[in-house]
Amino acid sequence: MSHRYLPLTEKDKNEMLDTIGISDISELFSDIPENVRFKGDLNIKPKKSETSLLRELGRIANKNITTETHVSFLGAGAYDHYIPTVVDHVISRSEFYTAYTPYQPEISQGELQAIFEFQTLISELTAMDVANSSMYDGPTAFAEAATMAAGKTRKKKVVVSKGVHYQAVEVLKTYCKAQNIEVVEVGLDGSYTDLEKLDAASDEDTAAVMVQYPNFLGSVEDLEAIEKIAHKNKGLFVVNSNPLALSILTPPGEFGADIVTGDTQVFGIPTQFGGPHCGYFAATSKLMRKMPGRLVGQTQDDEGNRGFVLTLQAREQHIRRDKATSNICSNQALNALASSVAMSALGKKGAVEMAESNIQNTYYMKNQLKSKGFEVLDGQSFNEFAVKLSKNVDEINDVLYDDGFIGGFNLGRVDENFKNHMLIAVTELRTKDEIDSFVERLGEYNA
Amino acid sequence: MLKGSSPLIFERSTEDRFAYSLPDLEVEKHELSDIIDPKFIRKTKAELPEISELDLMRHYTELSNKNHGVDSGFYPLGSCTMKYNPKINEKVARMPGFANSHPEQNDKAIQGSLEVVYDMQEHLKEITGMDEITLQPAAGAQGEWTALMMIKAFHEANGDHNRTKVIVPDSAHGTNPASAVVAGFEAVTVKSNDRGLVDIDHLKTLVGNDTAAIMLTNPNTLGLFEEDIIEIRDIVHDAGGKLYYDGANLNAIMAKVRPGDMGFDAVHLNLHKTFTGPHGGGGPGSGPIGVKAELAKFLPKPLVVKDEDDTYRVEHNVPDSIGRVKPFYGNFGIFLRAYTYIRTMGPDGLKEVSENAVLNANYMMRRLEGTFELPYEQHCKHEFVISGSRQKKMGVRTLDIAKRLLDFGYHPPTIYFPLNVEECMMIEPTETESKETLDGFVDTLIHISKEAEENPDIVLEAPHTTVIGRLDETLAARKPVLRFQREEIIEEK
Repeated sequence: MSHRYLPLTEKDKNEMLDTIGISDISELFSDIPENVRFKGDLNIKPKKSETSLLRELGRIANKNITTETHVSFLGAGAYDHYIPTVVDHVISRSEFYTAYTPYQPEISQGELQAIFEFQTLISELTAMDVANSSMYDGPTAFAEAATMAAGKTRKKKVVVSKGVHYQAVEVLKTYCKAQNIEVVEVGLDGSYTDLEKLDAASDEDTAAVMVQYPNFLGSVEDLEAIEKIAHKNKGLFVVNSNPLALSILTPPGEFGADIVTGDTQVFGIPTQFGGPHCGYFAATSKLMRKMPGRLVGQTQDDEGNRGFVLTLQAREQHIRRDKATSNICSNQALNALASSVAMSALGKKGAVEMAESNIQNTYYMKNQLKSKGFEVLDGQSFNEFAVKLSKNVDEINDVLYDDGFIGGFNLGRVDENFKNHMLIAVTELRTKDEIDSFVERLGEYNA
Repeated sequence: MLKGSSPLIFERSTEDRFAYSLPDLEVEKHELSDIIDPKFIRKTKAELPEISELDLMRHYTELSNKNHGVDSGFYPLGSCTMKYNPKINEKVARMPGFANSHPEQNDKAIQGSLEVVYDMQEHLKEITGMDEITLQPAAGAQGEWTALMMIKAFHEANGDHNRTKVIVPDSAHGTNPASAVVAGFEAVTVKSNDRGLVDIDHLKTLVGNDTAAIMLTNPNTLGLFEEDIIEIRDIVHDAGGKLYYDGANLNAIMAKVRPGDMGFDAVHLNLHKTFTGPHGGGGPGSGPIGVKAELAKFLPKPLVVKDEDDTYRVEHNVPDSIGRVKPFYGNFGIFLRAYTYIRTMGPDGLKEVSENAVLNANYMMRRLEGTFELPYEQHCKHEFVISGSRQKKMGVRTLDIAKRLLDFGYHPPTIYFPLNVEECMMIEPTETESKETLDGFVDTLIHISKEAEENPDIVLEAPHTTVIGRLDETLAARKPVLRFQREEIIEEK
């Protein structure tokens, strides 16, 4: 035995070769054409012992500036939220994390029930009839909503607000390009989608009107007005939504949304350099059979015991092959589990309390900035807002690092209309002191 | 293990309980309706469960006890590479410097994460024999689609607008044709010959100036090496098409033959298979792709590059890029685990991984061939298929054998796939299993075959020991119940 993960001894190998009837392992590779065989050793770093590798990777990890080392006002799609300690304990149970997709329900009831509970939690928060077992992330879930809407309505155009996370729009464009779906972007009026332009852009060829709630700038969009625009021409109404915000905001389902997507990173998933996070996809029951991704359904065994199985699989790629409308295969089961645990730990009251702290902290910070003369973009904010600075945001952030702060997102990097604008996120974890001293520093550097 | 059903977490909920500890609000609290228009404030709270911390832990511990993972027992699921998930990987992924790193910071604040991305790209280039790598795709299926989009962009950049077809073997996994179609191509099937390999004569009739690419898994899903790969390469390249390598089965060939050297132009890897990112009960995965130089300018953006002063940088200026396919930099937490694994194994270790994986599979195949029908006689690679056709004649189907295996504590092999073998069982032991484990499983399969002959009912009525019996899948699909509904909620409606 030469490695702790490789249990075969020389004696084992010899016995096994005897059974196979060959004398050397190389004979098992003799069908590889000689002229393409790889000879010699891979030119990669040599193996390391457990301790020395941990030390090396620990040193690399420590090169990062993180929420461990600094106080963060950065969100823009990945947030610094409270993660109940129980979350990591549950997802560290190897019966969950070393399992495959639950195709054998008799020995996968734990995973299947956990997903069923996830589907229920998402349905509750969004006020939609059904939710699937999860998607890769919010932006790809949002993009799949567009291709699904195009398939359902047989129309080849989607109208999307610039209030949607810029990366979700980028992913949307890549997905739509593949299927020749036109993407029409509608700009903002202040920190909100320009509803007149949205109305003008939506017509009979529109498969979906797509917005975000709260939007990328943190403002609570008027879903009541947008629903009317979306449904006027029989397109679908698609809302990308932060599920934490939905514990306190009127859910899109109550405004008549057809599809709601988003990311559950806000519940129990660390930012981990942007992934894996966990997309969700919820819809009306009318659209259930067109949904992408895995679904878990309730059923019973021969003795009438309640049990759970993967269901409606006829929609999926492994059955439908080239007739499938989505190629998604895996879901984010382990991260969906993390989010379920966090949602359950917070529960009915805690989720609302956490969401409200975001709103109150953000409101306080906006007022502090305004009182110092900052130009804050108007809006009813959940936990983010834009503020105009006098210089380049990246430069200011570079100095803020030295003061122990991770500053907000540089909006100018993705939209020239927002040159020198910083998108600031204030979660429930920010203390009054942290907010006050950040505002003070920002005042100094902005002078 | 508890027999029967477990209550849902919603059924364990009691008003006024909770399991959280949030920081106190320190700022002055305003009326919510002064901040947000009441129209947008939720009138009824979402029905999340109300449960104490201990009861929450007991709920999920009970669920975990009803789940089988690689740590629970042998998991010879063909095509899935259910190998051991090293614990050091989990420790590294949880290091605060990685776990709490935010992707939207200035480059200087994320040098550690970027170093991992860059060095992982370098390692995967060498392992696959490709020129460039992106770690952005979330999973194998998204990697397939991403690479096909790049191949499409390549043909279009050459003014070659009629390459609309992607050739896929009949033994291919369903994602291959699905990815081709979602990328805007038509999927065309090439048949297998009687040795389980691509039928070269049939392939010749399919290629032409409408061929965009062929997608191949090598070894294929039967666990057989496509030994005519050079001829296949020439046929497709001569027709102007590209070769796409589905890396699902890379575990068989590391340091033995590289996709790039076989002539493949693009490849995806399933880091959650070969490179021990855990499967997590269905994900998250990670599906990097590698491409040859002529496809590189179409890579999804942004790219992670290293400057001459040894600092790492995010490059957004990629004018010919197909665009973004995934937010941020892909599933960092998963490829970080895979990176840890590669660094743990080193070049010798990876070679031995493939050798032992292939040795284990061949050993099991030869031990089983007397009892089960072996459709393809040649040596296999890391997995093999056997057929339950003999047992079917005794009235016991492969599904029944799979269910009977549960009674002995094994996860069954992949069954009824690939589609071109009757009563198929596809077995992939992986290299992390000992000879004793392989022998135990083989002995059990032989024992079940004997049962099928002597006492078929015990097999037909299996499983006998699991928490729940065979479930009614038809009922689930006919009357879908996809969420928990409280009685009173139903009454209100």
